[in-house]
Amino acid sequence: MKGIQVKALCAIVAGVAIGIGASGQASAETPKHGGILKYVVPDEPPSFDGHIETTFALIHPVRPFYSVLIKVNPENPSSTTDFVCDVCVGKVPEATDGGKLYTFKIRDDVKFHSGEKMTAQDVLATYQKIIFPPAGEPSARKAFFSMVESVTAPDDHTVVFKLKYPSGAFIPALAVPFNWIYQKAKLDKDIHWYETHIDGSGAFIFEKREAGAYISGKRDPDYYIKGRPYLDGFQAIFAKKESLRVQAIRGDRAAIEFRGFPPKSRDDLVAALGDKITVEESDWNCVLIMTVNHKKKPWDDVRARRALTLAVDRWGGSKYLSRIAIVKTVGGIVFPGSPLAATKEELQQLAGYWPDLKKSRTEARRLLKEAGVDLSKTYYLNNRAVDQPYKIVGTWLLDQWKQVGLKFDQHVFPTGPFYAQLRKKKDYDVSMDFNCQSVVNPLVDVSKFISDDRAGNNYGSYQDREVDALFDKMNRTADPAEQRKYMREMEKLTLDTHANAFITLWWYRIIPHRSYVKGWKISPSHYLNQSLDNVWLDQ
Amino acid sequence: MYRYILKRLLLMIPTLFGAAVLVFTLLRLIPGDTCELRLAGSGGYFDQSALDICRHEMGIDQPKLVQFWHFIWGIVRFDFGKSMWTGQPIVSEMAMRFQLSMEIAIVATIVAIVVAVPLGTISAVKQNTWIDYMVRAISIAGIAMPSFWLGILIILGLLIGTQYFLGTPWMPPITYTPIWVDPMKNLALIVWPAIATGYRYSAVATRMTRSAMLEVLREDYVRTARAKGLFEKLIIRRHALKNAMLPVITVIGIEFAFLIGGLVVTEQVFNLNGLGKLFVESVTNNDYSMTQALVMLVVMIFLFVNLLVDILYAWLDPRIRYR
Repeated sequence: MKGIQVKALCAIVAGVAIGIGASGQASAETPKHGGILKYVVPDEPPSFDGHIETTFALIHPVRPFYSVLIKVNPENPSSTTDFVCDVCVGKVPEATDGGKLYTFKIRDDVKFHSGEKMTAQDVLATYQKIIFPPAGEPSARKAFFSMVESVTAPDDHTVVFKLKYPSGAFIPALAVPFNWIYQKAKLDKDIHWYETHIDGSGAFIFEKREAGAYISGKRDPDYYIKGRPYLDGFQAIFAKKESLRVQAIRGDRAAIEFRGFPPKSRDDLVAALGDKITVEESDWNCVLIMTVNHKKKPWDDVRARRALTLAVDRWGGSKYLSRIAIVKTVGGIVFPGSPLAATKEELQQLAGYWPDLKKSRTEARRLLKEAGVDLSKTYYLNNRAVDQPYKIVGTWLLDQWKQVGLKFDQHVFPTGPFYAQLRKKKDYDVSMDFNCQSVVNPLVDVSKFISDDRAGNNYGSYQDREVDALFDKMNRTADPAEQRKYMREMEKLTLDTHANAFITLWWYRIIPHRSYVKGWKISPSHYLNQSLDNVWLDQ
Repeated sequence: MYRYILKRLLLMIPTLFGAAVLVFTLLRLIPGDTCELRLAGSGGYFDQSALDICRHEMGIDQPKLVQFWHFIWGIVRFDFGKSMWTGQPIVSEMAMRFQLSMEIAIVATIVAIVVAVPLGTISAVKQNTWIDYMVRAISIAGIAMPSFWLGILIILGLLIGTQYFLGTPWMPPITYTPIWVDPMKNLALIVWPAIATGYRYSAVATRMTRSAMLEVLREDYVRTARAKGLFEKLIIRRHALKNAMLPVITVIGIEFAFLIGGLVVTEQVFNLNGLGKLFVESVTNNDYSMTQALVMLVVMIFLFVNLLVDILYAWLDPRIRYR
């Protein structure tokens, strides 16, 4: 019964989790073959190895060359629970052995672009590299698989994952779009080969990279999904400047940008091109976090930290900031579209989310006084020199804190110095930080809020064993109701009782694209649904 | 003359060494490093050992002196190594960008010379007439207007204008095609940034031509030429303009060298994949090897352009022939 309720809840949330636009129309039309899709990408990837990189700048131009074991359903990408097989056969398998064993059958018609046939040994070698990399080799998502005991391939068509304990985080972790299947032979020869080379089994074959300019791909005629891809090829053009990317779509030099534009750019494009532009929008699995420096006075005092969050009017901020920035949704530590996320009523119980702003700020002033916070001093906010949405949200926070008498100076740095300040120098009182994930996997995504000696990406300099214990309990149960209960407790401790770190507003993804681009559907992450095999051009 | 050129070439060595010391030191004063950026830049999880290994592979865990020695030894062998950010050879990363930047610089210089020399001369000859006032107004506007802003106006103007007149908005291509592959496509991309930068460039050169011409036109030898009854056109072309060109050539030389690596914002406005853009990206990514290579390249370009300007001086004015 519980299962049915959770499924119903998932369905409702998935339905509500937005996906406005032309997605419904696209499915009703007959796809056309041919054409080159040109799209703009705001950044260039550092390397080509999906297993070590974490940036969307790699996904957008390179994901179409690769296949993965399983993926978020491209026909239903706004769902946080709908996964389908890519190189495995049939449906995503259910766990056996009390939720601890997953057996995948691998397709036997998948070929790498270099001509070799893909087998289970390649899938095994890939996941060995991701989950159990050789000593010293980096793997960006190793921590996602802490529940995995072993991966084996008993024959060329079967891969078996054995877990230490049942975990709801496992399947979403497998579906992460960076888990590209590499060739065992190439990895055996040189584990770094894929950092500078591309050889996948995806819908497109790597054609050309012009450093700093573009990456292009051409259709793979032997792609294992017959009739796909629809496009003859694609060209991912690197364009750093946002105004240029908008103009490129307006001038039809590019048809789409897959990351997201601010509302003003959407409005400009629609005003200029009318029905030649289709807009798709979605909640976005990215959030800016206020990381408080627990080692610095007065922020070692929980009262001072609570005052920081109580001063912030998130409900009002959502209304006004969403007109100018790529933020909108009020949420807790979990992506608002997830079944594990807090409801509005639950959020309103937390400090900083109370519906009565006046009461909230009065309490903030009281706490500041009680904690003896020096209001004549100017405090230090560390921020990243990126307009959307860092600087906008940072400037908004300065004003919010001013309302309770706290003065902050915003110190804005380019990415390198910003991270050096956040991670090492730690001169700041509060720093902006972010959590941006691909597949919505709250059980793992919230690991950013556990103690800094356990989480590699928590920069608040605190240890909270109560939070750690809840995180562990939550990850060791397969029961969604229990997971939800622990998540609420962890959220309450993190955002309110212990006030370890704070959420600002969740991002909001806006994709205005040329209306002739069909088949692509927006998802809650700019990392997802980028294989492009389902995209076609209505021209 | 040959001895002079050889001496100038040898003098480049300490200049290059000084530039190498400067860029090496300054880069290491920027907080953070490329490994940290790659691993932490997107907020993902990584452990200290991954960071240590990355630093070891990049060689940035070695003592600074050892790193400096590797850098200098690389320059001596013309081997700049690999980009710390992309892992690709620096030469291949720079090749296409250099070509594009060079093409823009050449076209902008042509625009500047074609506009500046006649306008500056006319302005000087017709001093304090409406023509002079107009030329001065145009050139002052060019100096005051940043190239990138003019670039934005050009793109918006093209989009709005073509939509209004042709019904479909058009803008220049945003990817580079070499001139020998498709000359029309190449020009469709190059001409607009060349105009945007060439306008400012020509404005500076126009002002310089005008003031130099005014000075030369008051010289005794010009008066003598007029007294001899020479045609005014001949006086201006043969006697005045050639001598007035010395400061103009200096300006053109400096601007040309600047255009190779300095079009940072204009390149972004037009999405030109040039050296200026690469410069900014490599500094932002703490890509020491790439930034060092770029700085050395630009320093070399400046040195060679300066040498060329000095040689041109001697050609234009026999009094400046060096022994």
